Order: sequence, then C-alpha cells, then structure tokens
Amino acid sequence: MKPSEFEYHAPTTIDDAVRLLGTLEDARVLAGGQSLMPMMNFRYLMTTHLIDLNGVDALTRIEERNGRLHIGAMARQRDIELSPLVTQRAPLIRDAYQLVSHKQIRNRGTLGGSLCQLDPSSEQPCFTAALDGVLTIARHEDGAVATRELPMSDWALMYMTPALEEGELLTGISLDIWPAGHGYAFEEFARRHGDYAIVGVAALCTADAHGRLDRVSLTVCGVAPGPVRMHEVETALRGRPMDEDALRIAGDAARELDVMTDAHVSTDYRQHLAGVLTERALKTAFSRVATKS
Amino acid sequence: MDISDLKGAAAGDMRYIGKRVARTEDSKLLKGQGSYVDDVHLPNMLQAAVLRSPHAHAKIVSIDCTAARALNGVHAVYTHADLSGRARGRAPSMLPNPAIRFERTQELLASTEVTFAGEAVAFVVADTRYIAEDACGLIEVEYDTLPAVADCRDGLLPDSPLCHTDAKDNIVAHIEMGFGDIDAAFTDAPHVVEETYWQNRGSAHPMETRGYIAEYHPTNGELTVWSSGQAPHHEKKNLVELLEWDAEKLRVLMNDVGGGFGPKLPFYPEEGLVAIAAVALKRPVKWIEDRREHFLSVTQERDQWWTVRMALDTDGKIRGVKLEMVHDNGAFLPWGIITPYISITTTPGPYVIPAMGAKLDVVYTNKCATSPVRGAGRPQAVFAMERILDKAARALGMDRAELRWRNLIQPEQMPYDAGFIYRDGSPLRYDSGDYPACQKAALERANYTGFAERKAKARSEGRFVGIGMASFVEGTGMGPFEGATVRVQANGRVVVITGASPQGQGHKTTFAQICAEQLNVPLETIDVITGDTGGISMGVGTFASRVTVNAGNSVYIAAQAVRDKMFTLAAHLWKCATDDLVLIDGHVARRSGVEQRFSYAQLAKISQGMPGFTMPAGLTAGLEETKYFSPAQSTYCNGTAVVELEVDRETGHISILNYVMAHDSGKLINPMIVDGQVIGSVAHGIGNATLEWMQYDENAQPTTTNFGEYLLPMATDVPNVDVVHLETPSPLNPLGVKGAGEGGTIPAAAAIIAAIEDALSEYGVEFTEAPLVPQRVFEKLKAAGAYAR
Amino acid sequence: METRTVRVVVNGTAYEREVEPRRMLGDFLRHDLDLTGTHYGCEHGVCGACTVLIDGRTARACLTLAAQMDGHTLTTVEGLAGADGTLNALQKAFAECHALQCGFCTPGMLMTLTELLNETDSPTEAEIREAITGNLCRCTGYQPIVAAALLAAQRIREQRAAAPAAQATE
Repeated sequence: MKPSEFEYHAPTTIDDAVRLLGTLEDARVLAGGQSLMPMMNFRYLMTTHLIDLNGVDALTRIEERNGRLHIGAMARQRDIELSPLVTQRAPLIRDAYQLVSHKQIRNRGTLGGSLCQLDPSSEQPCFTAALDGVLTIARHEDGAVATRELPMSDWALMYMTPALEEGELLTGISLDIWPAGHGYAFEEFARRHGDYAIVGVAALCTADAHGRLDRVSLTVCGVAPGPVRMHEVETALRGRPMDEDALRIAGDAARELDVMTDAHVSTDYRQHLAGVLTERALKTAFSRVATKS
Repeated sequence: MDISDLKGAAAGDMRYIGKRVARTEDSKLLKGQGSYVDDVHLPNMLQAAVLRSPHAHAKIVSIDCTAARALNGVHAVYTHADLSGRARGRAPSMLPNPAIRFERTQELLASTEVTFAGEAVAFVVADTRYIAEDACGLIEVEYDTLPAVADCRDGLLPDSPLCHTDAKDNIVAHIEMGFGDIDAAFTDAPHVVEETYWQNRGSAHPMETRGYIAEYHPTNGELTVWSSGQAPHHEKKNLVELLEWDAEKLRVLMNDVGGGFGPKLPFYPEEGLVAIAAVALKRPVKWIEDRREHFLSVTQERDQWWTVRMALDTDGKIRGVKLEMVHDNGAFLPWGIITPYISITTTPGPYVIPAMGAKLDVVYTNKCATSPVRGAGRPQAVFAMERILDKAARALGMDRAELRWRNLIQPEQMPYDAGFIYRDGSPLRYDSGDYPACQKAALERANYTGFAERKAKARSEGRFVGIGMASFVEGTGMGPFEGATVRVQANGRVVVITGASPQGQGHKTTFAQICAEQLNVPLETIDVITGDTGGISMGVGTFASRVTVNAGNSVYIAAQAVRDKMFTLAAHLWKCATDDLVLIDGHVARRSGVEQRFSYAQLAKISQGMPGFTMPAGLTAGLEETKYFSPAQSTYCNGTAVVELEVDRETGHISILNYVMAHDSGKLINPMIVDGQVIGSVAHGIGNATLEWMQYDENAQPTTTNFGEYLLPMATDVPNVDVVHLETPSPLNPLGVKGAGEGGTIPAAAAIIAAIEDALSEYGVEFTEAPLVPQRVFEKLKAAGAYAR
Repeated sequence: METRTVRVVVNGTAYEREVEPRRMLGDFLRHDLDLTGTHYGCEHGVCGACTVLIDGRTARACLTLAAQMDGHTLTTVEGLAGADGTLNALQKAFAECHALQCGFCTPGMLMTLTELLNETDSPTEAEIREAITGNLCRCTGYQPIVAAALLAAQRIREQRAAAPAAQATE
C-alpha cells in the first residue's frame, strides 16, 4: 500500500504555506499525517501537491491571550495534552486526550488536522465545540495573508467536510477559559481503548455558592457530522441543583437527539448511549465543581 | 506478576526436558536482526504487485495492459493469457475427499470468471512496489458483474445464484454422520432442548502478512523460493507441479515467519506467480502482501450456522444430540473440507454421548476461501455444545457445572471411543486424559463455589457480574509424519534438521532441549535448522498443533539413535561392552574407571570415514541419523476455561475479571513455551468472542478491510490468564507429549458468552452468537425491558 | 519527479540520501538504510509494528514520509542493544519473560516501552497495558510483555539506586 506520486513542498512560514496553498493546483496540506497518510497509502486520496506544514513553527504555539486559550493548528496533540497551561485553564482537554487513540498518534497528530478531518466520532472537535472554539482561517489574497474567524458551531458543513474554501488554511483555534474550580468531564463509549468514540460527551459547569448550576456546556459527538451543543438543556439546567433530576433532564434530552445511523450502529443504540454518557459526564462534572466556602 | 510464577510441571532429574529454558531464537529477534521474507535483499531484485477483482462475482470480458506495460520501471505484466503449461490450470487438490461433490481450487490468475472480491487478476513486476502499484492503476479490466452468493444458507436455496457458473449448485459437500440409536434417544426423552447458533470467525491476522521471493539460477537450473509460510514441503509440491519443475532443483526456505496460525499453510497463487516471473525475467522477484490484501485474500473461518437438539434424562444424563450445520466455504478449496469436518467430529467433547446424528452442508459462497484458523473449527463445535448444555442446565434447574460433571467421561474409561468414525475408517478414539480432574481444577482455581456470593454483592452495588465455563477435547499431533536428522559434526557441534517450520512456537529451543537431553550436551552447542526443503527431503509442516508430537518425537528418536551409534562405535574401538559407556559433557567415556574418552567431534570424524578403517558391522556412515515419526492416530489434549466478567448494563461493554484455563497437553518439554501458547491462544479466543467480525454485505463485498473496522484484541482487552497445567502423558509417543497451540482458543467464546448471559440472568436473555457485540447486548436487554424507566 | 535530500541521524549514525517525495520512512529505513528491524504490519497506522522514536518520541514509520526526517534524529530497535551487542535491560527482560514468540511486533513494542520507561520509572500494570494498546501482538496475549516491562522497570530503578550518577539505559 504505497501512495501515488506527488510534488512535495516544505514551507517554514505561514506566509509561504498560505501562498502555496492558494496558488498550486490540486494541493493538500500535510499536518500530523495520522489521518491523511493512511488514506494516501490506501490510494483513497491522491494529490498532485503535498504541502508539509511540519516545518512551520509559528503554527505550533500554545498560549493565553486576551482571556482565551490560543492553540496553533499544528500544535501536537501530545504537547497540548502535557501543556501545564492547558491543564490549568482547560483540564477537559487533558481528560479528552487520554481517550484519543494512542501516544504514537498523539505525538505526531495535530489539533488542526483533527478539526479538518472532522470525523464525527472524534473527541477533538467535541471539546473544541464545548469550549466555544473560534477558528482562525487564512488565505492568500492580493499577495498577502488575509484571515477570517469562524465559530466552531459553523465549522461542520456535512459529513467530514469543514467550512474551508479552496485555498484556505486553518491556522489557529481559540478556546474559552472557564473559571478555576469549574466542573468538567469527557465520557465516551468506544469498543477498545483509544478507538474513536461511538458516542462521546463533553461536559463543563460552574455552580454558585448554593450549589446551583450557573453555566453549563454540554456537547455530544458521534451523533451527527459535527459535534452537537445541547443549548436547550444548558439553558434548562441553569439555576437547578446538581442532582439526579438535573441528570435525568439532560439524559432524556440526549436520548431524543436526532442521530445518524450507519451500517454498524443503530439509531436506537446511539440515542441510548447519548443518554447514558450525558448523565455520566454531567455526574462527574458535578463532582468536580470546587465548593465555594 | 512474573510469568515464571505460572505453574508448570517440573520434570524429575532431567537437565532440559520439562524446564523453562529461555529461547535460543530471542537474541537476534530482540535486536531487530530477524530474517523475515521482506528482510531478504537480493541483488537485482524486482518487486511485484497484484491487481485484484473489485467484484465478488463477474465475468472478465477483457484486460488491457498496454499502458501498464509502457510505464517506466515496469518489467512485466502477467494475466492468465500469459501463463503457459500446467500453470494455466488450477492449483492442485491437496486434500481430496470422496464427499466433495464439486471441487474447485484457485487459478494463479483468473481466466474468465472471478468468484471473490480480491481474486488475483493480473501480476505486475517493476523496479519498486510503488511503481508496480502505479502500473496496477493503469490496467483496464472490463467486467460483466454476476449475482453473488453472499450467505451460505441462501446458497442452498434452489433459486440461489451460482458461486461458480459452471457448477450445478453451490454444494461443496453434504455429509451425514452419526452413531448410536439417535431415534431412541429422542423417543420419550424427559427433556429436549433446542437452539440455533451463529458464529463468525474472521482470520488469524498474524502481524506479518504473506510474502514470497523467487530466485532462479540459470547456471544450474535451480529455483530458490523464500516464503512466509507454514509448510515448505507442501508449498514445494505445489510449485513443482504447477511449474513442471524438477523436484531436485527447487528449494523452499522459511526463515523467520511472523506468525501463521493456519492461514499461511495453504498454497496461494502469488507464490507460483513470483516463481514464474523470476524464471522468465532471470531476476529475483519479491512480492509482499499488504494488510488490505490480507483481508481480501487470505483464508478465514467465517460463518457457521448450527441447529442443535439435545435429549436428556431426568438426572441430566445426555441421551443423544441431533445437529445440523451449514458452513460458509468461500469460493475455493485450498484445504479441502477439513474445517467443517473437524467441527462436527469435535462435538462429543469430554462427555459420554450415547447417540449423535449430524448433518453438514458445506456451501460455496463468493467470498475468499475458508481454511483452518487457530482452533480449526473446534471453537464453533464447543460453542454449540457448551451453550446447549447451559440451556439444558437451565431447563433442568441444575447447576451448569454439576450437569457437566454428571456426563464427563471418566479416566478409567480411556481409551474411549467417542462414537464418530473418521473418514479413514478408524474410530475417533481418545487415548488419555482426566476430564473430571481438569474441570475440578479449573473450578477450584476460579473459586466457582464462592461465585454466588460475589455475584450478589456486586448486584447490591449495581454491578452485573457473571461466570461461564466450557470444556473441550482436541485431537493433536496428527500425522502422517514429521522427520528429523540429528548430526554430530566434525567440530563437535550438533545440528538438528527438521521439516517443521515455526512461526513463533519456539521449535528451535524445544528440539534443542530434546536433543541436548539425549546427547548430554549444552544447549548452545546445538543448531536447529527448520523450514528448508533442502535440509530434509520430506516434511508435512507446522499446523494443527502437531509439531511437538511429530517432530519432537522424531528428534528424540533420531538423537537416541545417534547416541546408540556413538556407544556402538566407541565400544567397537575400545573393544568393550556398550553397557560400560556413558555420555559426559560431549564425550563418550568408560564407566568402569578406565580413563578413556572420545569427544563427539572425534567420533564424528571417525564415523565420516577414514581410508582403511572398517566400519563396525551394521553401522552406517556418519554420526547422524534421520528418523521419521508416524503417529498411529491423533493424541487428545483437553482443557476447561472458566471466565468471570462484568457487563456494563448500560453500554453492553464487558471487562474480564478473572480468566482460568486448565490445560492438559501431556508432558511439557518447555512449560514456559506452553504457557505462552495457552495465553496467546486465549487472546485469539477473546477476539472471536467479542471483537473480531469479518463482515460482508449482501453483494458479498467485504466491509471490514482494515484494522480500524476489524477489531483485534489489544493489551487492554486481554486479562492475565491463570493457567493450571495438568499432565496426562500421551501413551501414543515416546515423549508422552500432546499439542498445545490452540487449546486456549477453543473454549473461549463459549465460556465468555456464557458468562455474559449469566451476568444478565435476571433479565432472562439468552445469547446464541459470537462475536457478541455491545449493541447486541443492548438490543436484547432493551427487548427484555431492562431500560424501562 | 524531484527528489528530496534527507540528512538524518539514526541510532547515532548520520546518513544522507536522496529520496522520492512519496518514499515512506519505513521503506527508507528497511531498504535504503538496510535497517530491517522496523517492520510493516498494516501500513495504515494501527498495528504499531513500525514504531520508531523521532526526536525521542514514538511515531509510526508507515505514516511518515522519509523526506520529513531531514534534520531529525531517529532511534530504531537496532539502537537499543550495546555496541558490543549486549541486550539492554528491557530486551533482557523480554527474553526472560518469554515476551516474544514470532518476534514481528517486538521491535515496535520495545520502542513504545522504551518511551514509557523514559517517562516514568515505576509504571503500573495498567499504565503499561495502556501504553502498548498501540502495538498489536497476535502471539503472546500481552501478559508476558507486561511482565517484562515491570521487570525491566524494577531493574532500571535498582540500577539507578545503585549508581545514581550513571546514565540510565535508553
């Protein structure tokens, strides 16, 4: 299983990467390669030009700016997972990465690559949506780099197709930072350790001094082309105590989600899992909320 | 934990036999210095790729290779039209059987009709594999698709499409066999239980795929073939016939092989194709299979459908069993009908069954062929029988272990005629084994009696745990023979040459142990050569858990013969009695205090001939002997698995809490290696039970063709296995050994599915399939109202 | 087709080669550098037989282009034993625990466990099993591999305790 022929380009700056992508006919970018290379080895995907982004250091930064967490599209998943800043500001991400594939994949794979691959079962689009991610997209225009921003909620056009125009490059992701002591959890059901989630749920919450839910973020993956934020449930839970009733409200809503069906997993089972995992994730998130004295 | 804590049988005052000797194979493998077929680099070597049919069933209308042949770096493109002589025909029939109604083996390249998706249609030889694959993309094949047989049960229907358009139906064989008075067994039977079972078993997926290299030496007309296979002499036979080659000038070598487990045993077209190309192009040709090709074209075991009826008395004694089985054969017969045949004859198991009636349908389907995969049809038989016993226990209100206990064959009944007659006319006869002791050992180790309490406690915590058991009897060490040459060389080193061909079983260490024990030399002075048709003229191969029995015993006998020869020669030279001689540290010495010693090296030189020296009467030249061991029949090993596990009721996911495997494979030459085989084979069983499912759609298109879709057990899926060894020596061979490579696989699915059913017993759900996937557990629980809120 | 220059250090030795852009790292190691210890089991990134260390971190050689390795440092299984061929602590533990049978997955297993033992000196059984989920084995059932990793970790700890100034084995 060997790839077909292509021309190889290895830019070292964002400018060069964007220019190449904007000017070459039939070009793909190579990020971590953990999803792209299998497809090229199988020859499911063939391309005339391959633009290797692994030399563009400017795309690998992980930093906090203006109250948001900024992660470059080429930051390695393993680096994000181990980043003290991320662990401190967004512990949900570290939890999620424990479930993502295997270390050999995370050592090379990138957050940007995962978001562009947009597998419905993937954990990374899920936590990006949970944290109200905003994506920075660059393109080559009039000899310079132009950028636009897109909320994660608008990212998934359809099955494995993100809202990237021809010649556009995802350069960075910014994420909400929740206050210290917030509750968080990532629960999923996968057949084996590290497998893609059949269904996964990311939960975040804060509570007031009386233990009543203040802010909730609830996102389900594996049920639709893109991760599904359960906004109605988030609203319904506001002001409620962190109890069994709250879990049941969320679980029931998840069971009613419009879910996709495929040859391997039935609608029934997917909805059932969505309900079970929503309750489990919220329960864990509740338990992690630091009680205010 | 440390694997050396695992219990193994120690052996008296032996130096090597029965000892956990570290393997001689390991050092170079650990350094990445193995010699697997793709590691072999020959000067001027070319690389090949295969173009395969995308359709499960189609007529080939035309093939245009013009563009492919014109591609820079391509040396040859072959289709069936380019083959000549015997190579245009089908692979030889290796296991004929009068029951086979329509025998079809594969062509090297499809001529007019392709009958499974993945069948080889063209063969490209180029400078690199990359270019060869480019060329495959340029070959234009026009197909007329035909309806495909996708389900073996549908293949039996009168209006079914034909798998092979020139056949009259899809039946490979229909066999009825039985013993005892089956009608009487069911007449007025107090209890009759019936159930239908389905099992899918995929393929073994050794980590190394197949691969072959052929090199032709025009100066002397010799053809050398390197193969990642299991039986070099078998492969040689096929090549000799297909290439119409002088058998003296064809050598097949199997160096390091990265796992086999059965599917690397049959002859495959690509091996013939690399040889043909190498001869035509006068350059070595290498073809390495990739994993996708492995999914498409390597043999599997796939689907079997069983309907079982068991009649019992009020005390739980089995009166008789009727069963019907339909077996998905795939499109070809690379290994006869062995797998389904073994399935049927395994059904009696360790139980006294007075009467059985079996009907077997082996059906052609438009999928790749089936042939034995680790367990070789026995896991399915054990599944059907052990599950019906559980059902019977429920019907009788009896404990599952107690029901089995009452029906076990007792040790004093050995040798025991299990009832079936083999196709060679001889009865299925268990030679030895203590089945009650084995069941007892497994249950005790698993603390079966304490389980009810553990289950209740877990349930009070909202957890669902269950326990399951299954026992099996397995024919091992089948003949016809295996041979060994033991030779003491002039430098004193000992070489052992055998036709057996390992894929990880540690043959070299085991045979060295056997030889070292007989010749009283350190293990390091022995070199073992396996997998070389040039080394020994006849061999059968490594499969069916037969090598320790066949090759091990032939090494034993040959080593003894060499030992006797040394004594005879020394006695002749010293003019003393052979009784007066001993072997000490590579020397033959006098017992009686006379200081006389011959080193083995000296004796070897003498025996290789000195002009003027007269050989003692009756002694052949050389300090070497070649012996073939032919067993009178298979020798039967047995075991019992007891599995305790937890089911997540919400998701259907299982976690194994405790896995006990009691196993009796007779005398153990190297308990460490046997432990490895038992634990490794349990992992295959776990895969069969809950993970591995080779799926095809209604057009017989494979839908699970990579490791993301077809799930193999990972390190987090296989628990620590608690192995209990029993040793009932085999009376059928001098070493007392039995085979050990498949025992862990055979009862696994039965025990695991039984445990899942037990965990969910309060819902009354029954599971009759393997693999049992979480969604299926959910569906049954939902139907039983488990999730009602 | 333009070739790319690859200057790479593998197991301490510097190599410079010209490669086709699509040449995979596994093929480069096995056939261009004659380091056949790294094996291909699937070529789609699941089985782990091709695991190597790139700049000290595990990666799949079947998913990496050789051209990408220009300027990088690799370790393969051939780099584990001593210069005189002495097996290192992990390799010795594998032999003692019968943690290999056919040996085909073994190089990948060794590289993954090397990374684990570099990161933590007291891995638990659960951590070891989790670490090697990216390496499939069809022969051993994993249990002896886990035993070997625990044994090696213990010996390395003992070695370090006995001679804290000495370099830990890689």
